[in-house]
Amino acid sequence: MNYFPILTLLIFAPLAGALFILAIRGEQEVVNRNARHVAIWTSSAVFLLSLMLWAGFDNTTADFQFVEQWQWMPAFNIAYHVGVDGISVLFVLLTTLLTPICILASWESIQERVKEYMIAFLVLETMMVGMFVALDIFVFYIFFEAVLLPMFLIIGVWGGPRRVYAAFKLFLYTLLGSVLMLVAVLAMYVDAGTADIPTLLTHDFPATMQTWLWLAFFASFAVKMPMWPVHTWLPDAHVEAPTAGSVILAGVLLKFGGYGFLRFSLPMFPLATMDFTPLIYSLSIIAVIYTSLVALAQEDMKKLIAYSSVAHMGFVTIGTFTQTVQGVEGAIYQMLSHGIVSAALFLIVGVVYDRIHSREIDMYGGLVHRMPVYALAFMVFMLASVGLPGTGGFVGEFLVLLGAFQVNPWVAALASTGVILGAVYMLYLYRRIIFGQLTKEHLMKITDLSGREIMVFAPLAVLVLWMGVYPSSFLDVMHVSVNNLIDRVETAQAASQALLAGR
Amino acid sequence: MITTAVFLPLIAAIIAGAMAFTNTGDDKAKKARLDMMAQYVTCGGLLLSAIFAIVIFKDVALGGNAQTVQLFSWIESGSLNISWALRVDSLTAVMMIVVTVVSAMVHVYSIGYMSHDPDVPRFMAYLSLFTFFMLMLVTADNLVQMFFGWEGVGLSSYLLIGFWYNKPSANAAAIKAFVVNRVGDFGFALGIFTVFMMFDSVNLDEIFTAVPMKANDTISVFGGQFHGLTVACLLLFVGAMGKSAQLGLHTWLPDAMEGPTPVSALIHAATMVTAGVFMVARLSPLFEYSEVALSVVTIVGGSTAIFAATIACTQTDIKRVIAYSTCSQLGYMFFACGVSAYSAGIFHLMTHGFFKALLFLGAGSVIHAMSDEQDMRKMGGIRKMIPVTYALMWVGSLALAGIWPFAGFYSKDIILEAAWGAHTLTGGYAFWMGILAAFLTAFYSWRVILMTFHGESRADERVLAHVHESPKVMLVPLIVLAAGALFAGYIGYESFVGQKGVEFWGSAILVLDSHQALEAAHHAPFWVKYLPLGVGVAGIGLAYVLYMWKPAIPALIVDQIRPLYTFVHNKWYFDEAYDFLFVKPAFYIGRNLWKTGDGALIDGLGPDGLSAVTLNLAKRVARLQSGYLYHYVFAMLGGIIVLITMYMLLGG
Repeated sequence: MNYFPILTLLIFAPLAGALFILAIRGEQEVVNRNARHVAIWTSSAVFLLSLMLWAGFDNTTADFQFVEQWQWMPAFNIAYHVGVDGISVLFVLLTTLLTPICILASWESIQERVKEYMIAFLVLETMMVGMFVALDIFVFYIFFEAVLLPMFLIIGVWGGPRRVYAAFKLFLYTLLGSVLMLVAVLAMYVDAGTADIPTLLTHDFPATMQTWLWLAFFASFAVKMPMWPVHTWLPDAHVEAPTAGSVILAGVLLKFGGYGFLRFSLPMFPLATMDFTPLIYSLSIIAVIYTSLVALAQEDMKKLIAYSSVAHMGFVTIGTFTQTVQGVEGAIYQMLSHGIVSAALFLIVGVVYDRIHSREIDMYGGLVHRMPVYALAFMVFMLASVGLPGTGGFVGEFLVLLGAFQVNPWVAALASTGVILGAVYMLYLYRRIIFGQLTKEHLMKITDLSGREIMVFAPLAVLVLWMGVYPSSFLDVMHVSVNNLIDRVETAQAASQALLAGR
Repeated sequence: MITTAVFLPLIAAIIAGAMAFTNTGDDKAKKARLDMMAQYVTCGGLLLSAIFAIVIFKDVALGGNAQTVQLFSWIESGSLNISWALRVDSLTAVMMIVVTVVSAMVHVYSIGYMSHDPDVPRFMAYLSLFTFFMLMLVTADNLVQMFFGWEGVGLSSYLLIGFWYNKPSANAAAIKAFVVNRVGDFGFALGIFTVFMMFDSVNLDEIFTAVPMKANDTISVFGGQFHGLTVACLLLFVGAMGKSAQLGLHTWLPDAMEGPTPVSALIHAATMVTAGVFMVARLSPLFEYSEVALSVVTIVGGSTAIFAATIACTQTDIKRVIAYSTCSQLGYMFFACGVSAYSAGIFHLMTHGFFKALLFLGAGSVIHAMSDEQDMRKMGGIRKMIPVTYALMWVGSLALAGIWPFAGFYSKDIILEAAWGAHTLTGGYAFWMGILAAFLTAFYSWRVILMTFHGESRADERVLAHVHESPKVMLVPLIVLAAGALFAGYIGYESFVGQKGVEFWGSAILVLDSHQALEAAHHAPFWVKYLPLGVGVAGIGLAYVLYMWKPAIPALIVDQIRPLYTFVHNKWYFDEAYDFLFVKPAFYIGRNLWKTGDGALIDGLGPDGLSAVTLNLAKRVARLQSGYLYHYVFAMLGGIIVLITMYMLLGG
């Protein structure tokens, strides 16, 4: 048993930090400085704490670990129940790593309402961690939806000129999915008589009910993912969001959908999953090819990377629904590495945006002459994004495609074209921004990365290479849980097949 | 020892790379010192690595002591289990020698060639990084590590082609090289997946052991039942075609000449582009069991050999001629593999590595002397000014044309004899294409020599005044390579393809008993043995006639066959066709999907449409709020009536 409430601390420490910032009073300058410092120290402490979680994690069991359970509404069988397994633990680390990086990246670029901004980010961290560790479906739902509020504010308050449009588009899309999901959650609660996720995982929902529940969850997860054709909120949200907002959006929020599929859709509705797998494949392949081509035509750096995210998430959904060990582990790995790489790429865009205040690709060119260190950092993340072996991007894509090929070679072959297109749009982007002669007047005095910026990028670059060269550090954590998940799904599906055959 | 040999270049690359980022400001002396240190580190690392490679070769290939060094685990997932490992057998040992020796020579040569460049440390770092990836490729003990090296050399190639990043043409060529290679890698990756599907492993040793048991297995892929090994081999071969610039996926190689010349010599002639040949030879235990795949390899190889040779005859850029020549020679190596004479292919790979690197570096020496002029129409008559380069170009060309006793004679002959000895339809096709290509090879080689060094000079006065022999640091590597071009064929013949072959290769290459092309090659009739030499001499003679004694004739011939000439001169219009078929549509479709698909359709029907409808409704609702009391009372009454009616209907 574990008596140290590490998960509760991870969830609520940022909230405590936020409350502390709320209490800061005084001169504007002092308040800003203190708010920044409290935020960075809180989120860094949370990150260190999460490292302890990783260190203490037992790779040999598929059970939930670091479990804490307190009755909340005993009459309704609803509890505050949290814990992690091999699927969720690394997402917690991804969240706690990216939050301090976001705060560091906003150090100078955010000058308005600094206090509120830092509060928003810490509250966001609370929601995100809570979402990944929740083991009660109502607790999960609350965190899952509450994440939207700080995100909505971050885009709507600190965003670009069309921020209100983007924020509402985001809200509109997610709202639709959420409503359906809430109905499904209630239906599940009524059917199973409990809101406890570990119990629900062993509960057999009737086959027809599974179909409806699956679709309801799908509506929500597909928007979050985002899958084609409900992806159009993402480019707008990214373009208008401040840099750190994009980082969290791409780095963590996009993983909610993939995590949801793994935690709910696959194990709880295995029969429906079987029926809908072709749908997922089709939408994912369209996403990969369609959005890669769209990315090619972009003139705005952030939009290009946003579209590339949709393509990369297409790999995740394919891998998840292959129901092979490689496919599912690849999907999780792809989410983790995409979390790092896309976050880094948005930071890369942020660096030049802070200097020139434009995201138009045509405004740049020849930056390597004045910014060699920047060019190197950009190169590393660009290569990781195109999935070069030796970087984190490769392992996920490779495993997903390997898994997909075993199940359906066409899916793997069509999705692989995305790997070619990915190279085209990323190299083309890199060339237009970094290479060529430095002729544009406004770029003549641009400065290379500052010490603070190098501090932001260095750990991410190391991590990208680490994930590419020695992925075992991360894959070992998920093996048992993934195997357990696949066994459960396959057993359920086999039982239903046998039933059909016996009729 | 093996580990050190492989990782020395990586360490050197990192050190030199760090130097590239050292800010020297305006301090010229400090910059010069730094450049020199980067050169020492990388050249030293590579020379050491080359010495190690020779020692390893003695131990492994000559001593028959094949071994694998396990480093640490890489990717483990389910039954997939991949480690970082260095596997050295005879085939690898040969490749290691070619790679490290040529690379070391190119490193040293670059000291002289790049002496005026402001980015020396970066260049040296890239070269060493490339060598590291190439060594990882050849020492791979599983397909995925090979893929790592494969894409890694592709990356280095991209970086080096685009080394002069101010030139838009260099940037475009770099992207093209990477993307076309990615198309090949797409096939390679699917090939790996197929292999995993069949063998549940990607480790070479495990696959090779299991092959005989699965030789006739069929697998269901792409909506049908196919012979598993054929599918796997064909997909893997697509990867080889991309990397080795074979017909259809060759378009990036000539453009790659935008990079500095030492790069062309190292990557685009001697080492990286031969990776495809290496792969086929390495996977001989797979290819041997698929007649279809072998036939395809033979046909593609034979066709590329002749196709590229025709283009080489019409190009005027000295480097492009040699680039197409490389493409053509790679075709020879492939059809050698296709008729199961893998060892002959590797033999030619080795000799070609020496003489083609020599030719490229020689061409670099010419370009250096001519103040960066590459167009042969603006050269001519400079043989007396750069005599050493001239002599070395002769050595390289004689070897390329396959004239006795130069290296190319031995290796090209055995390939052609093996193609003949296969006694198959495809073998015959490759043989005659190879003979034809040999004639053209000799012809275009002397076209280069005569246009560059002989006749009246067509360069302007200023350039001519500057023509100078290259410094020793550039000539010494040339001489080393020339020694290889002279003796490698004679020395290697017995071990590679002769009596000692079986013992030399050990288990590195598998040839089934039913494939006896190489054995038959040794018993080829007289005319088969001497035809290649004959056409070579004839090709040289023709070049002398056309470009030395009757220089008016070429223009007349071109006039006679104008359409054909235009077609060949424009490289069979491959670039134009690809641009029309793939590049333009991709951008066009992308733009339309974005504006129409995302913009008009999804957003129009989705959120934007919805909000428009809502706004519209809201406006109408707002109109209802008229402010007149009787309107509201009227509405309330209506509501009450409806409620009462419902209550009565349902309740009653």
